[in-house]
Amino acid sequence: MNDAAPDLAYSKSEIMIAASARQLDAVTNCFVGVGLPNIVCNLAQRTVSPRLQLVYESGVFGARPERLPLSIGDPTLVTGATAVTSMFELFAYYLQAGLIDVAFLGAAQIDRYGNINTTVIGDYDHPKVRLPGSGGACEIAINARQVMVIMRQGTRSFVDTIDFRTSPGHSGDPAHDASRGWWGSGPTSVVTDLGTYVFDEATGEMTLTTLHPGVALDEVKANMGWDPRVADDLGETVAPTAEELRLIREELDPLGVYTK
Amino acid sequence: MAESKVATMQDAVAALVHDGDTVAIEGFTHLICFAAGHEIIRQRRRDLTLCRLTPDVVYDQLIGAGVASKLVFSWLGNPGVGSLHAIRRRIEQADPAPLAIEEYSHFGMVCRYVAGASNLPFFPIRSYYESDIPTVNPNIRTMRSPYDDATEVYVVPPLRPDVAIVHAQRADASGDAQIWGLLGCQKEAAFAAERVIVVCEELVDESVMRADPNRTVIPGVIVDAVVEEPFACHPSFAQGYYDRDNAFYLKWDQIAREASTLDAWLDEWVYGLANHAEYVEKMGAAHWDGLRPEPAMSGEVDYGRYA
Repeated sequence: MNDAAPDLAYSKSEIMIAASARQLDAVTNCFVGVGLPNIVCNLAQRTVSPRLQLVYESGVFGARPERLPLSIGDPTLVTGATAVTSMFELFAYYLQAGLIDVAFLGAAQIDRYGNINTTVIGDYDHPKVRLPGSGGACEIAINARQVMVIMRQGTRSFVDTIDFRTSPGHSGDPAHDASRGWWGSGPTSVVTDLGTYVFDEATGEMTLTTLHPGVALDEVKANMGWDPRVADDLGETVAPTAEELRLIREELDPLGVYTK
Repeated sequence: MAESKVATMQDAVAALVHDGDTVAIEGFTHLICFAAGHEIIRQRRRDLTLCRLTPDVVYDQLIGAGVASKLVFSWLGNPGVGSLHAIRRRIEQADPAPLAIEEYSHFGMVCRYVAGASNLPFFPIRSYYESDIPTVNPNIRTMRSPYDDATEVYVVPPLRPDVAIVHAQRADASGDAQIWGLLGCQKEAAFAAERVIVVCEELVDESVMRADPNRTVIPGVIVDAVVEEPFACHPSFAQGYYDRDNAFYLKWDQIAREASTLDAWLDEWVYGLANHAEYVEKMGAAHWDGLRPEPAMSGEVDYGRYA
């Protein structure tokens, strides 16, 4: 363990959210997934990316929510938005036509190539745990220009083999990936409660690039189902700023729904 | 004057929803007609195939009450909260009976309604590539474009429910319905269905519709019954009328964890009440006051008069 760990005046969830939000600094149109992505994208709009167009599968483009939406279909997303469309228009004209720069998704299980399972744990016909399923995630993973993932990591979520491929990531064969003809380049980053990852261009494999302050490499390795690639210049995630923490705690999640 | 289709919820469900029907109560987080679901439970319909993108709490109630033998869906959860426990018990443990499922993605379900509404044999989409979803649902198939590029697309079959039940903020007596806020698939489901029940917060004069025709989502010509039922979407919301009752969504997570607590809830809030007006009264005026948003009026537009 790292004895020189700084005083963690923030939680693992808070640094995960803040580090994720900073990745949206150069993004225009962002598709917002269920759960943690909701707070990440709302934080980014209040910090690094005030012009960020929040896009929700419920049919909202350019949301300007006055409160943290309780779900991706909250009425606060409608009032003051750029456009409210039918779901068909949102998926067909905005997503499938290639207007979405980044989609922020969560996952129950992910593998080293960024394939995502949100459908089932165990056998499909006799599931141990029935999860929600795709929602829009399958077409989002295929049609958004890039996919960023936020999820807590552990041996049950970062697995060698996912139980069901709901949303495709990289195949492990970059030549195949390049020939797919999809808008999407697949997942480009994963942020967890322990560190941040990118996907290696040559292999499509998830690569650890930073550890959160106070987190040791061994702890990361103990919380995943494969031996990860680690960047040669493995760094440390920048800690949340006082302003990011204030926004998370006072404005976005005063009840601690996402940050507990 | 146009024919009036105004009915009570009790009469509309009795006349238009039959055992064995394929039923879609749509509304994406918004305008989910819980009151119709409760009436279907109260009338003890059986063997329904229930369709919805997001089964939500209303389908957990319906399926927990035993009205359905099959579920067609694309996202199965209590939005912003977690799981739907009654449905999970049916799927994971066949408790108290198995539940057949047919599963798509959101865009796939949307396009099934679009195909059903537009009398098309299928609808092509760019989804499902390299996903396992088609391996568990043989109705999701591939085809090559008949044009030069020969692009491979996935196709989904039309969905034509026997009955669609859609909620709207306002409707007139002939069934013309206006919706604002999240539109979900209300229009597509209504046009795809054989029979349509429109439920509204307010029944208004036809002149209100005619003053703002762009807002009319469903025309009365496809509607069989119109029910005026304020607060019918609770605990979901009606934009501009009342907010989502998030405390109830959280509470349902506890209620539905055991069949016994779910049954007790149904006894108290569905079987024990004659209709939704009693539900509204039982909930109490202070509860509804707490869900009412501050106003945020739209701007007006000038349609012009061309006499």
